[in-house]
Amino acid sequence: MTEWFEKFKADFVLNFLDDDHWMWLLEGLGQTLLITFFAVLLGIAIGVVIAIIRSTFDKNRETLKARNRFTYGLLAFFNAICNIYLTVIRGTPVVVQLMIMYFVIFASSTNGTMVAVLAFGINSGAYVAEIFRSGIMAIDKGQFEAGRSLGFNYIQTMIYIVVPQMFKVVLPTLCNEFIVLLKETSIAGYVGIEDLTKAGDLIRGRTFSAFMPLIAVAIIYLAIVMLFTWLVGKLERRLRNSDH
Amino acid sequence: MTTDSQPIIKVENLQKAFGDLKVLQGIDIEIQKGEVVVVIGPSGSGKSTFLRTLNLLEMPTGGKIIVDGVDITDKSANVNLHRQKMGMVFQQFNLFPHMTVLKNMTIAPMKLLKKSKAEAEAKAMELLEKVGLADRADAYPSQLSGGQKQRVAIVRALCMEPEVMLFDEPTSALDPEMVGEVLEVMKQLARDNMTMVVVTHEMGFAKEVGSRVVFIDEGVIMEENNPAEFFENPKSERLQSFLAKVL
Repeated sequence: MTEWFEKFKADFVLNFLDDDHWMWLLEGLGQTLLITFFAVLLGIAIGVVIAIIRSTFDKNRETLKARNRFTYGLLAFFNAICNIYLTVIRGTPVVVQLMIMYFVIFASSTNGTMVAVLAFGINSGAYVAEIFRSGIMAIDKGQFEAGRSLGFNYIQTMIYIVVPQMFKVVLPTLCNEFIVLLKETSIAGYVGIEDLTKAGDLIRGRTFSAFMPLIAVAIIYLAIVMLFTWLVGKLERRLRNSDH
Repeated sequence: MTTDSQPIIKVENLQKAFGDLKVLQGIDIEIQKGEVVVVIGPSGSGKSTFLRTLNLLEMPTGGKIIVDGVDITDKSANVNLHRQKMGMVFQQFNLFPHMTVLKNMTIAPMKLLKKSKAEAEAKAMELLEKVGLADRADAYPSQLSGGQKQRVAIVRALCMEPEVMLFDEPTSALDPEMVGEVLEVMKQLARDNMTMVVVTHEMGFAKEVGSRVVFIDEGVIMEENNPAEFFENPKSERLQSFLAKVL
């Protein structure tokens, strides 16, 4: 027993304390959180724009066709672009997108973090767009008609009536997207970014001891995900309680 | 009812098709200010579609709708402004669930008519008082009964001070014991000389309040008349058989 403990202690010192290896994990975690945070913001921004274009087109197609051909054409054009974006992004692996972004599109850039934020944000935007769109579509058609019948235009109806109700519907799903994205960023090491996963791997390469650093990385991810899941659960309960 | 002035709504050869399905096949009607026009007909006859085209919730595929001398089916017409002048009450109430009763009633006047909060709320409270719901001003729609919801929906539309009120089967989603309170509000509205177009299955309401009853079947107006004649002496066979079923 003491022998086992001695070995455990030696391993721990080797992997985490020698040469301040724990700092690598901490810095890696910082990098992971940084990329995730800004990628989520970018994803939401892209998602909102695309969801509004797509649902506007779906809802007003007929009216516009009859009354305003120019706006219809413009909207149809943007809608087509959105569809191409969604198809390509959702149809290819995120790691391939990341590498294309880093080695092809931004081949001359040395700012790996920025490239990763862009790659993950653009990827996440496709999924967030569908979350928002399903949220908008989930709002009863009658709500929309009631807004319009009072004299609100399309945008006003969206702002005052549909979006506040949509937000409540999609908030939990949106938080889950954050959790998914957090784990997805673990592939950032592919393009030389020293995120949490990469930090664990670097320690392993130094110490030739795989167990401790990799398990430590797994535990850190798990802890963050569990924390967020708990927060989302709390949020969901709050939303349900205030359900009017 | 005086009918010598210019009609407030004039519908000419109104058509609406959903793909190949022709729901409205040429409706012609003139509605005078202060009239209560009750529209009845079998389900699927196009009566709700007709009502919804009047404020362009459905885009007509042919014909004209002239309101206050303006053809609202024209591309240049201001649809939003037109809808402000035409209140609509839905079968499913469609109150905004994330707002209190008072907010439901004041948001449109404040945002669209640029009324101050105090002004909009004063008007809303006055109307709520009239329909006996002043004490529910701070309640959320989910806390109201069906009849209360529909009464709020009616006064919400009235807050925009419309010239015409459209009712799309306003009592069809209600429990029977709540139908009366909603009809009572509508009767009061009729007594106040509001111009109303009402799609309903309440024949009693049609008889008592209607200035004219219109029978729509297969996308056209089959028959129209004053309530007494309409119910006592139906001319077309379709109407006779329809009345035999519902009365």
